[in-house]
Amino acid sequence: MKAGKNTGLLPAGIHYLSGNEAAAEGALAAGCRYYAGYPITPSSDIMERIAFRLPEVGGVFIQMEDEIASICSVIGASWAGLKAMTATSGPGFSLMMEAVGYSAFTETPIVIIDVQRAGPGTGQATRVGSGDIMQAKWGSHGDYQVVAYAPWSVQEMFNFTVRAFNMAERYRVPAFVLADEAVGHVREKISIPESLDIVHRKKKPGAEPFHTADPDGVPPMPAFGEGECLLVTGSTHDGYGFRKSDSPEVHTRLVSRLNAKITEHRSEIVDVEKHYMEDDPEVAVLCYGFTARSALFAVGKLRTEGLRVGLLRLKTLWPFPDEAVREAGARAGKIFVPEMNMGQVAGEAMKYVRCEVVPHCQTDGEVIKPAAIADGIRRIYHGARP
Amino acid sequence: MARDLEEHLRPEIKITPFCAGCGHGILMGLILRAVDALGLDWREILFVSGIGCAAWIPSPHFKADTLHTLHGRAIPFATGAKLANPKLTTIVVSGDGDLTSIGGNHLIHAARRNIDMTVICANNMIYGMTGGQLASTTPVGMKTATSLGGNPYRPFDLQALVKAAGAVYSCRYAVAQPLAVIDGIKKAIGVKGFSFVEVLSSCPAQYGRRNNLESPAAILEMLRKRCVRKEDVDRIDPEKLKDLIVTGEFVNGDA
Repeated sequence: MKAGKNTGLLPAGIHYLSGNEAAAEGALAAGCRYYAGYPITPSSDIMERIAFRLPEVGGVFIQMEDEIASICSVIGASWAGLKAMTATSGPGFSLMMEAVGYSAFTETPIVIIDVQRAGPGTGQATRVGSGDIMQAKWGSHGDYQVVAYAPWSVQEMFNFTVRAFNMAERYRVPAFVLADEAVGHVREKISIPESLDIVHRKKKPGAEPFHTADPDGVPPMPAFGEGECLLVTGSTHDGYGFRKSDSPEVHTRLVSRLNAKITEHRSEIVDVEKHYMEDDPEVAVLCYGFTARSALFAVGKLRTEGLRVGLLRLKTLWPFPDEAVREAGARAGKIFVPEMNMGQVAGEAMKYVRCEVVPHCQTDGEVIKPAAIADGIRRIYHGARP
Repeated sequence: MARDLEEHLRPEIKITPFCAGCGHGILMGLILRAVDALGLDWREILFVSGIGCAAWIPSPHFKADTLHTLHGRAIPFATGAKLANPKLTTIVVSGDGDLTSIGGNHLIHAARRNIDMTVICANNMIYGMTGGQLASTTPVGMKTATSLGGNPYRPFDLQALVKAAGAVYSCRYAVAQPLAVIDGIKKAIGVKGFSFVEVLSSCPAQYGRRNNLESPAAILEMLRKRCVRKEDVDRIDPEKLKDLIVTGEFVNGDA
């Protein structure tokens, strides 16, 4: 797809934007043509930009009466054939959780950008946090999968929003950008590429919209108004959408496929970045989001001091990059996990590694500074292993 | 006539899920008759429903696009679909608990925004599917599973509610007034903007059995006796009117 003035999209080249502005532009570039949202700090500026930018590309914007209505109308718009999204922060994300499960179970592509603030409760509305990592995976009831990316820069706010749309459409799944207040509001240079790889919905008239024998596990998705007489339901359903809520077989088949279509494609979804990991470091820092910027600075500094320290940055949080974390655990003596929560990713990492995992938790609404990470690493660093 | 309507039903469905004597079966037939009479292209009709017995009226029976959603949220789902594809004739069919209690906020906001959709509210004055609990529409004094001593709270007057919220067409009839219901649905769908059709339905299984209206005939007879035409209200003793249900058109933008 060509980006350029004539399309209403931001022209290719260098721009100076905030993370939230870049996410809005990424959504348009990905083909998003429906946005419904409700004001909430620190995500509102995504909606404000989308509100005037979507009509410029022929899309529909509506401010709904609450977050529940926002996410539900996004799902309705998605079934009517448009790529659709919303953005929110913790309290709004909590309200959306029932519909996230509905989206997963009805295989409706949607994108949510969660600009995380410090919780729980109303918490620190204007302050940074990353306490929604586990909620993003487990917030709705039942067993389902989601896709979630954690950007660390304005560039990645753009790129990961595009990628979230691609994954949502490719796998018919709710996809999240788990941003945080800091990456949402930082302003820096970004480069908009000449062209982007954009995924479009697979169509196959007459095919079952909710079952496929194809090992890929993702059925084609028709839209309302195409004459398919669609039956969409959040109750247990067969391939054509007929409710079979008392059938153990249909339920098992459906839930198994919905989980497998993501877990079996983990390698296509998961993305990580390694720094200084070649020499089997004494300590590997496992990090994501804005915190990874501080962590990389700290690790670089410790390297100049001669400490063997590496870094694994998770660009994807869900499905969890289990292989990369397992490998880091096998190479490193210890895993150090700085995060703006009480150890959510540290706990997840413990499932996959045998070495010691040391959480570094900070939940005061401030970004974690490089010095705090460097000090934390020094405390657990005991010198080269024999 | 009835067999002609079969073309609008999915052939895979042989029976309805409704209890014997449920008014929703009548309403289902009335919706089919009304929509059929309008001569619309069924490939461009979208039926959206929430959760509850009435939500099963369109889904899975009607051979059109159907979206069976979350409890209370049919209207925002419908809003998204309608805005994304304005060609869709969008009809919400759901119950009183779904649309006016858990989903009450969405009802008034869709009316306020004047979204071009028709909401058909099957009002049986109780939560039928979950076992007969108190609803926001249960009349004062009526017994339910959660008000065994009689409901102490006033019910919503749904007509006053949607009128105040800005609906451009709104009417109330009972399933015991079938021709009026058909007419109301036809008018509502024909209106551009937000329209609301409240249909008083009967739930002998949950509402009836606790209130001496156990037989389907008794509850329909009750509705027939209590429903009076709006035009006749002036001639009725105000004391008597308290026990009656006023039916008719409460908002008609053209009038």
